Parts: sequence; C-alpha cells; structure tokens
Amino acid sequence: MAERTQPVNPWPGTGAAALVAALILGTLVTIGLRAETGGQFGPADWSALRFTLTQAVLSAVLSAVLAVPVARALARRRFPGRRVLIALMGAPFILPVIVAILGLLQVFGRAGWISDALGVFGLPPIRIYGLHGVVLAHVFFNLPLATRLVLQGWQEIPAERFRLAAQLGCDGMAMFRLIEWPMLRRILPGVLAVVFAICLTSFAVALTLGGGPRATTIELAIYQAFTYDFDLGRAALLSGLQLVLTVAAAMAALRFSRGDGLGAGLDRAIRRWDGGIPVADTLWIAAAAIFLLLPLASVVISGFAGFFDMPVLVFRAALTSILVAAASTAVLLLLALPMATAIATGRYGIIELCGILGLAASPLVIGTGLFILIRPVVNPAALALPVTAVVNAVMALPFALRILVPAAQDNVARYGRLALSLDMNNRTFFSRILLARMRPQIGFAAGLSAALSMGDLGVIALFADPQIATLPLQIYRLMGAYQMQAAAGGALLLLILSMGAFWILDRGGRRHAET
Amino acid sequence: MKHLLIAAGLLSATSAIAADKPQLTVYTYDSFVSDWGPGPKVKEAFEAQCDCDLNLVGVEDGAALLSRIRLEGENSDADVVLGLDTNLITAAKETGLFAPSAVSADFALPVEWTDEVFVPYDWGYFAFVHNADASAPANFRELADGDTKIIIQDPRSSTPGLGLLLWVKSAYGDEAPDIWAGLADNIVTVTKGWSEAYGLFLEGEADMVLSYTTSPAYHLIAEDDASKAAAAFDEGHYMQVEVAAKLAGTDQPELADQFLEFMVSDTFQQIIPTTNWMYPAVTPSSGLPEGFETLTVPEKSLLVDPEKAAVMRDKALAEWLSALSQ
Repeated sequence: MAERTQPVNPWPGTGAAALVAALILGTLVTIGLRAETGGQFGPADWSALRFTLTQAVLSAVLSAVLAVPVARALARRRFPGRRVLIALMGAPFILPVIVAILGLLQVFGRAGWISDALGVFGLPPIRIYGLHGVVLAHVFFNLPLATRLVLQGWQEIPAERFRLAAQLGCDGMAMFRLIEWPMLRRILPGVLAVVFAICLTSFAVALTLGGGPRATTIELAIYQAFTYDFDLGRAALLSGLQLVLTVAAAMAALRFSRGDGLGAGLDRAIRRWDGGIPVADTLWIAAAAIFLLLPLASVVISGFAGFFDMPVLVFRAALTSILVAAASTAVLLLLALPMATAIATGRYGIIELCGILGLAASPLVIGTGLFILIRPVVNPAALALPVTAVVNAVMALPFALRILVPAAQDNVARYGRLALSLDMNNRTFFSRILLARMRPQIGFAAGLSAALSMGDLGVIALFADPQIATLPLQIYRLMGAYQMQAAAGGALLLLILSMGAFWILDRGGRRHAET
Repeated sequence: MKHLLIAAGLLSATSAIAADKPQLTVYTYDSFVSDWGPGPKVKEAFEAQCDCDLNLVGVEDGAALLSRIRLEGENSDADVVLGLDTNLITAAKETGLFAPSAVSADFALPVEWTDEVFVPYDWGYFAFVHNADASAPANFRELADGDTKIIIQDPRSSTPGLGLLLWVKSAYGDEAPDIWAGLADNIVTVTKGWSEAYGLFLEGEADMVLSYTTSPAYHLIAEDDASKAAAAFDEGHYMQVEVAAKLAGTDQPELADQFLEFMVSDTFQQIIPTTNWMYPAVTPSSGLPEGFETLTVPEKSLLVDPEKAAVMRDKALAEWLSALSQ
C-alpha cells in the first residue's frame, strides 16, 4: 500500500472499459469476419466522407460556441421557471429522429410557421434544405446538451472564487480571463468532441434536411451496404472509419482539455456579484428558448389531437420502454461510475477513449454483430429487450462520462490526499466521498441516459419480436400504417415520459443543492 | 448476461415442451406484422386451418428482410419469406436459399406471372399522391417543366425510392438523366423511408409525394376522407409486386406449401386490401372493397423483369446521384 497515491481502485473501471471496447470492436470484427469480400472505398465514399466531416465540424463548433453565452446567462441569472426551462431545453436531444424532423420542419419548413409568418408580409418561404439545414438541425439537437455541460462547468466553480473575485473588484473581462476561461478550456474540448461524434453518425436528419443525395453521410453508406448490397466488408470498413475519426477527435479533445480545476471550496451556494449586461443575458436565454421550444411546441400541438384516442398497444409499448430505460440506466451507472473514477486518477486516458466509442459505433453494426454472435446460442428475439437496454447504455456512456469525469477529477484532486492521510480505504472513499459529492452529476447522467434510452429506436428493430415493441418502434409502426395522428400522439407520450424520467432522476440528484 | 442467457434458454425449452403443434416461421417486413397490418388476421385465419403455430417475425423492410435471410444463410429459422418485391428477386435467387413451389392461381396482375419460386400475394402502382383539389401534372416532363414540389425517397434506403428510379429509367431509358436533371428543382427533399416522406407531405411540405395509387383508398376507407388523389402519368406507372417463397432449408416443407396455397386463397386475399393497402394478387370472390373503384387506374403498367432490373439499378442509381448532386 506504500505505492498508493490515490484512494481509488482503477481496476473496476478498467474492466468496464474493456467490456465496452469488446462489445464495440467485437461486433465490428464479427461483421468483418462474416464478409465474403473485402470492402472497397469508392469515389462516392470520398464525397460522403467530405460531407460528413464538414457538417459534423460545423455543427460541433456552432453548438459549442452558442452554448457558452447561453450557459453563462443561465449561470448568472435567477428567474422563475429557470429550472423548468433548463429541463425542457434538453428535450430535443431525446426525441426519436423521425419525430424531431417533423417537428423541426413544422417550424422551419417550406410550409412551416416561419414561412407562413413571412407569407403574411408577402415574403417568400425560407429555404431550409441544404448544408445550413443540416447544421441547424444538429444544433437544435445538440445545443441543449452542450449548454448543460457548459452550465455544469460554471456550477462547479467554487462559490469562494466568485466571492474573492467580487472583493477584488473583478468584473467583465477580468472575471472571464481569471475564472471562466480556465473552466471553459477544460470543458469545451470534450463538448466539441461529443457533438462532433454524434453528428458523424447522422443519417436520416442529414439526408432529409440536406435536401437530397448531396447530403450523403457515411452512415447512409453503411445502411446501404447492409441492406441493399449486403456487402458486409464495406459496412465494416466504413464503420471502422467512423471509429477512427471519433477516436481522433476524442484524442485531440483530451490533449487540449488541459488545466487544473479551480480548487476546493466549502460548497456554499453560489452567489454572483458581477452583473454582466442583464439585457444581453436575457436575449441569449430568450433566443435559445424560442429556437429549442418552438419545434417542441409543434410536437405537442400535433400530438394533442391523437393523444386521447391512441390504441391501448401504445400504452403497453410505453410500459416496455419504461422498463428498458430503467434497466439501461442501471447498466449505464454500473459502467460509468467505475470508469469515471478510474479516469479521475489521471493515468487512464485509454478508458476515456473506450467510453467515447459508443458514439462512433453505428447501431446497425452493433446490432447486426450481436445478432450474429447471439444467434448460435439462443433465439435473438428472446433477448430483444436486454440487448436493447445494454446497447442503449453503451450509447449513453459518452455523455455520462462527460458529465461525471470533471466532477470525479475535482473530487479526487481535492480530497484524495486528505483521504490518504486518514488512511481511508478505496471503498469508503468511493461511497462516502465520490458517490455522496457527485450526486448532482450522477442524477443528471442517469436522467439523460433514461431519457435517451426511452426515445431511441436502438437495435430493437433488428431483434424484433412482433409481440414486444418499445414506444419508438410503435410510433414507427403507426406511421408505416398511415396512422400519422396516432403516431403524433405517441410522440407526445414519449416526450412526456422521457422528460418525466429525466426530471425525476435529475431532481433526485439535486436535492438540497442549488442548480 | 449469463443469467439472462440461462433464463432465455429455460424459457425457450419450456415453450418447446408446451408446443406439441408444429411451428411455421414466416419472416416478413415490420408493417406486415404490426397490429394495423395484415399479420394478426392472417395468423388467426391460418392457425384455424393448419393445426399449427404461425410465427410471424417482422424485419424492417423488404431489403432488410433479404439481408437477414442472407445473414442467417442455410441455418435460417425461417420456413417462408414474405415481402420481397420484384426488384429483389434476382438477388434472392442468387443466394440459392429459396425453393420452387407448386402454387398456381388465377393471378389478377396486369403482367403475366411465370416465376416458379416466388409467389405474388399483392401488388400496386407507384404514383405521386396529391391533394385532390390541386391540379397535377400528366407526366414526368410536365412535372419537370412546372413548379410542382415533390418529396421522394432515397433509392439507397427505401423500396419506393428504388421503384421510382426504375420507373423513370424504364419509361425514358437513355433520357432518364435529363428527366432527373429537370426534376432537381422540383424535389423538396429526399427521405430515408416512406414514413418520413408521407408525414412531411401531410404537413404540407410539398404538393406531391411518391407513394402508391392505393394510398388515397386508406384515407377514403379508414378516415372517410376523400381529399387525396393519385396523379395519373401517361407514360405509365411502375408496379411493385410483392412476393413470398419457401426456403430450401425449411424443416416444415408441407406446412410451408400449405401456407403459400393459403396465401393466394380468398381468406388471405380478402385481408390484404384494407390492411396492407395494396391490390390483392388474386381477386377474392367478394371483389375489391368499396372505395377501391375510385382509385386512379393507370393506362399502362411498367415493370422491368427481375434480371434486367438488377443490372438497370446500378446504372440508374449512378445517373440519379450525378443528376441530383449538382
């Protein structure tokens, strides 16, 4: 024990990371091995790669850049309904893709609200389809996540720093340079990498908002290789490319995400004496709220008509989804907590890389790979729900780590030496210090994971058993049967359930704490 | 995971003991097995006459269905595959996984059916659906010259999208690239699948959407809404013929044959029009449901035979991509 310099056992986290890596790389290798021919990379793939990278970089930069003033305004201002607003703003992230597309276009489309309003003044409708449409949609999805992550950075600055800054008369630029910029330097690279990775695997959103085959992404090519060409080698090659790009982005983020935390505080409620410009803050909050809430309002309005005559099957599917989300959240925490703890010791960057792989992996590849692996042992349909829960957990892992890791690092740095001097063992440090002090982050991560799992179609469609359906799958089925109104009702129900799960878990973590 | 596997193993073991009846497994697309599709009624009707359990398994769509069969290969659990269309037949035959059937029937298809392996169960015409009170162009050229806005599906991810590709190619041959170039400014957007496209059309994003001539029947019969119509194009309409076949590796060959016979019988064919919203492959003795007589009937049917379709697809796809990527 003389060697021990931190009161943390990294091995459970290493084990969890190895499991995740085995799942993602294992399924990819399985598909590669099943391929009859080697994959080919054609000229069309190069243009798909170019488009994929362009839109992902633009979407990530714009989401992160816009998140800073919005989060800063939310960190500085207190107003009635602030908590509800923060929770609601997270909703775009968890909508099933098809519902989000319809909601977004109801606002920004040719026949959308904005075009209608322009029409009143005799102006032509806005043109949403194109690269700018793709970026707009991706910012719509990811700005809430980016804002929440950056806001959390602000909230983790000890209250004493603001107090000291106020005593020294720091305001405006000085405040930004001394306190806020070091925090942003630590948080933003991770935010950029996560949003970049999400946008890398975009398919239906990019195609629909992009207006046609110009907006072909690698994920579309993977889908085509799987279903229309049955070229597994190509699918594995393209999916491997996605993994490489994501790992590269994650490594760059880890490199640039330098700087220490801002030290320990006494956990006083944060009070701000610096004013900033209230009008500017209000404008940022209002603009973000309008941008994010209008499409949600359209989902609610369209869903209202169908909400009261939905078939009972939709409710059964909703129950299934709640169970899957609960299981998935439990799996997520079992993976993410040890991994975040191990990363916090500062010597296990590889674990962080394993964690972000979940974003880069195409659900089609994971699903198909698991299908090939499971089938010789047991009928895949029998495992449809457990597999969906596990895959959803792995997909939510990168987000959970972004939320948990900075807090875990701070706590290990702040209390590690104290714990060692008290000869505290690893388990006590984990349960008494880490778990207790990280409750808000754990609640946020669990809420996000539950909501994501509820809204994600995931791999259930590949393992489908006609008797079992999750809510997103049931919504797709309703749409496929022309029942658009009932589907819209289902989407509203999904929105309510996802937000409810998020709200309960996120609030649960923040009891006694100030948001 | 280990406990789950054991539990799942026990579950399947107990269900195998309980099921002394033979099991017939039919792979089909997801919308067939959904509660609004033909699946539940078909299951009930077939089980009433076969003394067996009919196990319907849904896979996303026709193309994904064929991929699943290729993935499972000779060890597939499926006895019958239902839901491929003519564009997939060649690829399906090349796998060597399907066996000929002895089913014959008085098919009501606009084309002659001679395939020995694949048995049609329904069919339809692709068409652009629009609001009945708006005027529609009479062909692709008029559409390209006018400013009617359309939403289509991507031929790389959707069977209707692939159908449209072959529609334009079979109607215009070498002139197809010009038609696509002309259509480029009419196309609002291209979607991954039918549901997104149809949903956007109902929201008013476009004047017309690629669907089927039978789509207005849904609105008329199920919703009592006569506001949708399908545009009749004078160069003819491309057909989709949906087929089923028995797998060579089935362990229930008699039951599979019995199912394919059942599929072209009155009972099954009566279920199709108002659940799958397509024309039945064999007109049932009770005729078509009321409302179907109002549908647009094209003067000319287009269908490329399966072998040519497979070759035509790659060329037409390249032309489509280059015309719309400008």
